[in-house]
Order: sequence, then C-alpha cells, then structure tokens
Amino acid sequence: MKELLVMSGKGGTGKTSIVGAFAVLADCKVLADCDVDAADLHLLLSPTVRIAEEFRAGQQAVLDPAKCVGAGKCSASAVCAEACRFGAIGLPSQAGSGAGSALGAGLPHIDPVSCEGCGVCARTCPHGAISMEDVVSGHWFVSDTAYGPMVHARLGVAQENSGKLVTQVRREARSIAEKQGLGYIITDGPPGIGCPVISSMSGVDLALIVTEPTVAGTHDMQRAVELARHFGVKPAVCINKYDLDEAGAKQIEQYCSSEGVQIAGKVPFDEEVVGAVVRGVPVVTRDGSHRAEGKAAQAIRRLWANVESELAS
Amino acid sequence: MIVSVASGKGGTGKTTVAVNLALALEDSVLVDFLDCDVEEPNAHLFLHPVLETSESASESVTLPVPVIDESKCSGCGICAEVCAFHAILSFGNRAITFPELCHGCGGCARFCPEGAITEAAREIGVVEAGWVGAPAAGVPRPAAEAGAVRGIGFIHGRVNIGTALAPPVVKAVRSKAAPANGVVIIDSPPGTSCPVVASVKGSDYCILVTEPTPFGLNDLMLAVDMVRELGIPFGVVINRAGLGDDKVAAFCRQENIPVLLEIPFDRRFAASYARGGQLVRDFPELGDALRGLWRQIRAAAGPLPEEEETLR
Repeated sequence: MKELLVMSGKGGTGKTSIVGAFAVLADCKVLADCDVDAADLHLLLSPTVRIAEEFRAGQQAVLDPAKCVGAGKCSASAVCAEACRFGAIGLPSQAGSGAGSALGAGLPHIDPVSCEGCGVCARTCPHGAISMEDVVSGHWFVSDTAYGPMVHARLGVAQENSGKLVTQVRREARSIAEKQGLGYIITDGPPGIGCPVISSMSGVDLALIVTEPTVAGTHDMQRAVELARHFGVKPAVCINKYDLDEAGAKQIEQYCSSEGVQIAGKVPFDEEVVGAVVRGVPVVTRDGSHRAEGKAAQAIRRLWANVESELAS
Repeated sequence: MIVSVASGKGGTGKTTVAVNLALALEDSVLVDFLDCDVEEPNAHLFLHPVLETSESASESVTLPVPVIDESKCSGCGICAEVCAFHAILSFGNRAITFPELCHGCGGCARFCPEGAITEAAREIGVVEAGWVGAPAAGVPRPAAEAGAVRGIGFIHGRVNIGTALAPPVVKAVRSKAAPANGVVIIDSPPGTSCPVVASVKGSDYCILVTEPTPFGLNDLMLAVDMVRELGIPFGVVINRAGLGDDKVAAFCRQENIPVLLEIPFDRRFAASYARGGQLVRDFPELGDALRGLWRQIRAAAGPLPEEEETLR
C-alpha cells in the first residue's frame, strides 16, 4: 500500500482539484481529506456518508459557580487565573476598572476559545471548583463515492486539535485500505506547514507539493520542501497554472533541479478547472456536454502517470 | 482600530487585500501591518519592508518546556499524568520529555513533588519588525515627523520548520499591535482553527475574502460561523468575481452580509500578483475602491474605544 500526500504550503494552488482528478485516475484507492478545517474534496466527489462519528479530543476547563468562592475571597487571590499561562481566565475587576484595583467579588470567567485544556487550573483550585470536560471538537465520516471509499472530517468552529483529527482520518483510511486490499491512500492535505500538515505527512511515501508561479507560491513551496525533508518524506513538485508566468515557472524548475526535487508535472491555467468545480465534478470527468478534454485535464493525466511510477519505484 | 483579513479557503486573496488596503490608506492614516500567517508569511514579498536588525525588533518566540533533573526524579509519574499533551512519558524510575508536543502550560514543573522539573526556553519561531517606505534600517518611522510622509509599520512572524505550534507565534505578533490612533491590518492564515482564531480574535472588524466558486462558498460559510462565534463584525470581499458562479453573492444577500467589494478576475491582476507587484500602484482605481471599502468598515464598526475617550 502506498500513501500519497498532496500538499502545498500556500493555499489555493489547486490541491483539491488535483486530488479530485486523481480520484478518477487511480485504481484501488481510498481518499482522505485531511484539510479538516476547510474541507472541500466532498464538493467534487459527492460522497454518501455511511458512518458519522463524533470526534472527542482534548478537554476544557469548566467552572462550578456553586463551589467557587469568588476571585476576591479565594484563599490565594484567584490562583486559577494566576496559574493559567494562556490568559483564558479573566477576573471580575479586570473587566471594568483599571489594573491594581482590588479583585471584585464576582466569579472568574473561563474563555473557552483561549483555554488549551491543560488542566492546570483544575488541579490548582483549592476549592475543587474547576473540572475538565471532554470537548467534541469535530466529526469524521466514512463515505462512498463513485470512485471508492473516502474518509473526511469537519473540525468544529474555532476548535483546536486539528492535528489529532487528521490522525484519526488517516488511521481510518489506512484501516479501510488494509481491509479492502487497496493499493493507494490519496490524501488532500491542509495548507501551511503547521500542526495539521505535520500530522498529514508522517510516514507517507511521497509528498506532491502543488505550487503556482507566483512569488508567494514559490516562497511557500520552498518551506514545504524543507518540511518534507525535515520529516524524511520524499517531495515532488507540480507547477499548477504554470503558463500564468512562464518566467516564474522557470525559476521554480531551477530551484527544484538545484535541490534535486522531481517536477512531476506542469498544469496550464484552464478555466475548465473552475468550470468543473462549479459543476461539482473532477476535471477529468467526461459527462453530458463536457466530452472534450481540456489542456489542464490532459496535463493532470500525465502528472498522475508520473506520480504513479514514482510511487511504484 | 484593528482590521483582520481572513478566509476559510486558502489562496482567495487575503494577502492581496490586506497589503493593498494598507498601501491605499497609508497617506491618510497611520498603518501598522501584521502578517499573522506565521506558517507561510507572504506579505513581505509584496511590501518589501526594511526589517530592523536591532535586538528589540527581531525576537525569538519561545515556549517554556520541561527539563528533568534525573538526580531528583523519583519516577513517581505525576508529571506524565498531569501533562494533557502527552509530552512526558514516565516509565521505570525515569521521565522522558517530548518538547515538540509541549504547549508550555507549566503543569509538570508546578506539580512535581520532588522539585525535579525546571523549565527552559525552546525556540519555536521568530518575530521581525520594520518599516515599509523607510529609507534605511534603524531610521525612525517617517510618520513620527508631523505632516511628513507616512510609512507602514510592519511586523511578521515565522514558525520554525517542523514546529506544530503556530498560535504562540501568532500571539507574539499580535502583542506588537499598537492601534493608538491608526489602523492595524492583520493578514491571517487560512482555515478556521486555532492559528486563525489567534489572529482574528480581538479585532474590531474582519474582512472575509472569498472567491465565487463552490470551494470559496463552502469555506466562507465556515469562516462566517467562526467570526460569528467570536462576535466580530464582518463583511465579504469577492475576489476573481466573474470566474465561477453567483452563489457566494446569493449567500451574502440571504444572510444579510455586506459585500464590501468585488474584485473582477483579470489576468493583468494575476500577472502583477505573480511577480510580487502592488496592485494599487499598477491599477490606481483599485486604491479608490479599497478606500471606499475602508469608509464602509469605519461606518460599520461604530465609534472606537479610543475615540470615545476623546469624546469624553
């Protein structure tokens, strides 16, 4: 079984359109959408959800107003707020008057968005007034698509733990691939180089970095290549919309050749790609009035052939 | 006033809008620009700031991570039990730390009964500051002279490669914001999770940049949920208008969300952007449009705390 991660560094370079096309082109695969805080692959693959599960990860501090004696009366002057390193516990006096005034008699307020769930406040509170509660930080799904099984997820609004949700999606995808004897796991990665990207990357066989010939795309691709190498994953590059700036595309090619990174493909700008997104189908689909294949679709077919042989090597 | 620029989907034009808004306003308002996309900061590629080299202008962002004194450790395992992030493993009579998983909460050091844990700073990123339009590094901001040409204050952060924790670096960038009597423009990362929340939280207005495609619409809806959750007034900029369909505009109408500006899809814009160009210089009409957007935002945000102060 081979795992391919399609990633980019910079957002909006075309990861999802390319993964959608690979869904059509690859045999025997499971698809995994690891862009859990802005998942889009389902918009191309129209999945039918078979399994939907809550994702619980991490905890959040919750104050019991009946047990809390109030900030001003706390034996050690609101130890919870003093202990919290994330600024998640606000004290009553800070809301109104200036600094230095005596603590109000009111209760501390826990900001769920700033709370990272470390539990230090709960362990510190001398009155046992803070408890840690599990947080439902998202949902994950196993679905059927016309192109095979797909695992995807949705992180809750303003939630943390996207990395752990990514790990859950990948674990499920791997188990499906093993059970059904599938040859490929094809993963649509998140943008950036942080927590969810690192979770998407560990142990994959190839990281296909989709970039575009812009100063930002080039800059971000270089950081993505460094990240892949940092984790011992082989990178390959796809230059999408390469004809929007051929000189810029040349610079990317020079960078890749000097770094020994394979260019797996170059895809031209083609409004047909946006057209396919609007129709909600992968760009290599021939349906209805769209029988002729555009230049981008043809280039993506060649890209897949190169990626497939790279994965086989 | 703090204005953040965000989007659910990446690559919709956040940096383009943020950078060009800053350039469109610099002659009339004091502008500070904060690039909070610390995983992939790009604004410097368009603004070409002169970064200051003094120690106060470039600082390392660190997290306090545990260091275990093995001679004191009894192997009781309390630190591993306390750690909510699985950054300490206890086995036998030893404890092993995984600093890359540590959030720096300090629980292990606080609760170790043997006093065997101290904390050491681990660098996770850097924050750099400088000026756009300043003649040379180290020269004070031009705007400091009354009536003189104004420059844009520039601050960005960068997480070290391989570091999973972006929010502390974002917070370090945010802590430099000095809205006093000008505007702070924040370029945020894509998505809707913790690094975005850290960037957008506490801003007076949020501009959500999207594109008129089903991807753009789907991710806009997620971003709208996020800013509503945070209670921040917001409006939408539709970039590459005319390229996809009209469902984003329909969604905004239905949800009563102001569409502040539509930037048409234009290969000339794409070409200018590709080379790191400043659109308001190449296409002055866009500067007028962005100043119009600014007036809408100012009207929508209402009187600001600092202005209320002067009124009193």
